Order: sequence, then structure tokens, then C-alpha cells
Amino acid sequence: MCAICGCSEGAETRFTDSAGNMHPQPRDDRHTHSHGHTHDHHHGEGHPHPHQHPHEHHEHHHGEEHAHPHEHRASVATLHEPQHGNLLRIEQDVLARNNRMAERNRGWLEGRGVLALNLLSSPGAGKTSLLEKTIRALRSEIEMRVVEGDQETTLDAERIRAAGCPSVQVNTGTGCHLDAPMLAQALRSLDPPRGSLLLIENVGNLVCPALFDLGEAAKIVILSVTEGQDKPLKYPHMFRASQLMVLNKTDLLAHVDFDVQACFDHARRVNPEIELLQLSARSGAGLEDWYAWLRARAAAVSLRAVS
Amino acid sequence: MHELSVAIGIVELCNERAGSARVRSVRLKVGMLCCLHPESLRFCFQVAAEGTALQGAALDIERVPAQSRCRDCGRTIEMQEALATCKCGSLNLDPPRGGNELRIICMEFEEAA
Repeated sequence: MCAICGCSEGAETRFTDSAGNMHPQPRDDRHTHSHGHTHDHHHGEGHPHPHQHPHEHHEHHHGEEHAHPHEHRASVATLHEPQHGNLLRIEQDVLARNNRMAERNRGWLEGRGVLALNLLSSPGAGKTSLLEKTIRALRSEIEMRVVEGDQETTLDAERIRAAGCPSVQVNTGTGCHLDAPMLAQALRSLDPPRGSLLLIENVGNLVCPALFDLGEAAKIVILSVTEGQDKPLKYPHMFRASQLMVLNKTDLLAHVDFDVQACFDHARRVNPEIELLQLSARSGAGLEDWYAWLRARAAAVSLRAVS
Repeated sequence: MHELSVAIGIVELCNERAGSARVRSVRLKVGMLCCLHPESLRFCFQVAAEGTALQGAALDIERVPAQSRCRDCGRTIEMQEALATCKCGSLNLDPPRGGNELRIICMEFEEAA
């Protein structure tokens, strides 16, 4: 498994396109696992090299302890031998590769005026049901495409296609989230038209997907009332990373102990900027507010792309 | 969970750079709002390092706080966790700056025999 994207060597990512054809991840399109770096001298190998770090800030008396701004412990500082022997500066973001790809996706999407939304929730919160309703309601006015992320099966992509929308299923195998290279691959397959709305249903998980930028315009977290009002406090990273929280299954409020106001207060505590909607994908209550939110965002994105 | 995939990535990146040298420690900077659990990351790192130049290496994690400001009293706040509270008791804070770092700073090799 690779950290940069969370993919797994043993459990290959699979893509199933709109026509239902399955493609294993092409290896050359993916990580070669030779993660690039810009800093290529190995201090440990003892070869002579020019002193490349800016060291104007201190006298270089080898053998004495001296403080470097970039070293934090005496034990490390004392190892700073004349040949720079035992310490190799790396200064590399662990997620750099994913984040670079996410920025490429973002640029591509913005250039086409495609609004990409990353939908996040625990399993069973109602992401797919909300998408089905949304597609049926808006397909005559907005061109839509869907990327479905799940560990296994193409069940969700089939539901989306049945609702009348082209979709790609990404099966992550053991992976617990989508990553930017997976979205890049899905975009090549889906080829979302100019001005369309791309809805990305991430793997059901309230933790890991928060860490992986895909290049989306916004993350949307969907919480259902059966999960409990304290979830924003228990999973703060996801709610902090999201621009909108959709509270789903409000038709069940009469049957569960769920305080909507307390839940919204918790979400705002974690993320004061978060927008809040409540609806029931099943009964249809509140869906108009959701559609209005989508219309406003999609219009803003295609306007920007035109200008 | 994702700590394992992050740990494997750190090991791959460092192992590639280590060449034939044995690695004694890797220094990592992890923001306090980054959704990684340090103890879990350290455990996964040990497992991921087996059979590589990093086997037995220590993972030295420096936690970096996020900065915020209280919207009620104006204090600057160093956030050690996602659910920080201002000294004045307010929970109404500006969105944090920083705290999401996940960076390999350096690695330290064993002395050559």
C-alpha cells in the first residue's frame, strides 16, 4: 500500500465505466513508487559535496554542540559531523504527490467550468439515495456526472445509472478513501462536459477521506439523524474540512433522540463557517434547499469559467 | 486505517533515500489538527519498517499547533486540538491557520561501522 494515495499493491483499484466495463488500474498511470525529490545528496554515503544548506547563521565548529534552527535535539546536533555524516534533510510533505495531483484536477475542472463536490459520510448515511433524488430532480436543467467510491461492488454506480446519469465506479479494494490519482483516472473515463456538475461519492468513512484532497471545489459531509447528534464533535476533522453539512433522514426525527440544534451547534463549534441544511432524501422534505444550494454553486462556477 | 498507509509511504520515501545506510531515526512534523494519531502512526511505522533500511528506527514526531483567534475576546489562541476553547470560555473561534502539516523533516543514519 502506498501512503501517498492510500492505494494498495495487493488489492488493486478497479474502475468500472459508464458502459459497465471493468478496468484494473493501469500501472503506468499510477505510482511508480519512485516519489520525486529535489534534494539528492545522501549525507550518509560520505561523498564530498558542496555545503548546500544555508549556514550563514552560525559558525561551523564541528565536534561541538551547536544549535541549528532546523534541528531540535542535542543528540541530533552532535551528530552533525564534518561530512554532514548522519543527517539527511528531506523536508517533504508526505501527501505531496496526492496534493499535486489534486491541484491538477482542480485546475482541469475549473478550466472546464465543472463544479466538483466531494460527498462524505459514514456508510449508510444516505449519500447514494440523495444522489438518486438529485439526479432525477435536476437532470433536465444541469448536466451531471457521478464518481462512486466503494471498497467493493458496482451496486451504487448501477443505481446512479438507473437514475439516468453517467457514472464511474471506483473500487478501492482495501483502501478506505478516494485519492487524487483515482479521481484523475475517473475524470478521463467520465469526461464531464463543460459546465456540468460532478458529484463524487467518497468511500463511506468519517475519518480518512478528510486527509485526502481530490481537487474538488468543496467537501460536503452528510450526517443522518440515526447516527447521533454528537458526531461533529467525535469526528471533528471531517466537519472542519467540509463547507456544507447536510443532515439527512429528518423524517426519522420523531423516532430517535436527536437534537437538531445541538448537532448544528456542535458542527459550528468545529467549523464556524460551515453551512447547514436538513432534509429527508426519502420524504423529499428540505430537498428544494439542497437543489438551490447546488444551482447557486454550479452557476457561480460556470460563470467564472466563461469569464 | 490511514495511519498504516501514511506510515508505509514514509518508509518507502525514506528507504529510497537511504541507499545502503541504516536509518536510526526519522523526524516528522505533524500538525495537531491533522487527522493522524501519533501513537498509531508510530506503531504502523515500526511494522512498515521491517525488512527495510528503517527497521528498528525511531519515529520522532514533532507536533505543531494551529493558530486561531477568539471572536469574542480577540485573544490569539494556539490550538492543540480540533475542539479548543478560549481562556475566556468562548468556543467561537476563527477557522484555524496551520495545524495540517504532515512533513518528513530529516532522517538520521547509524554511524558507519
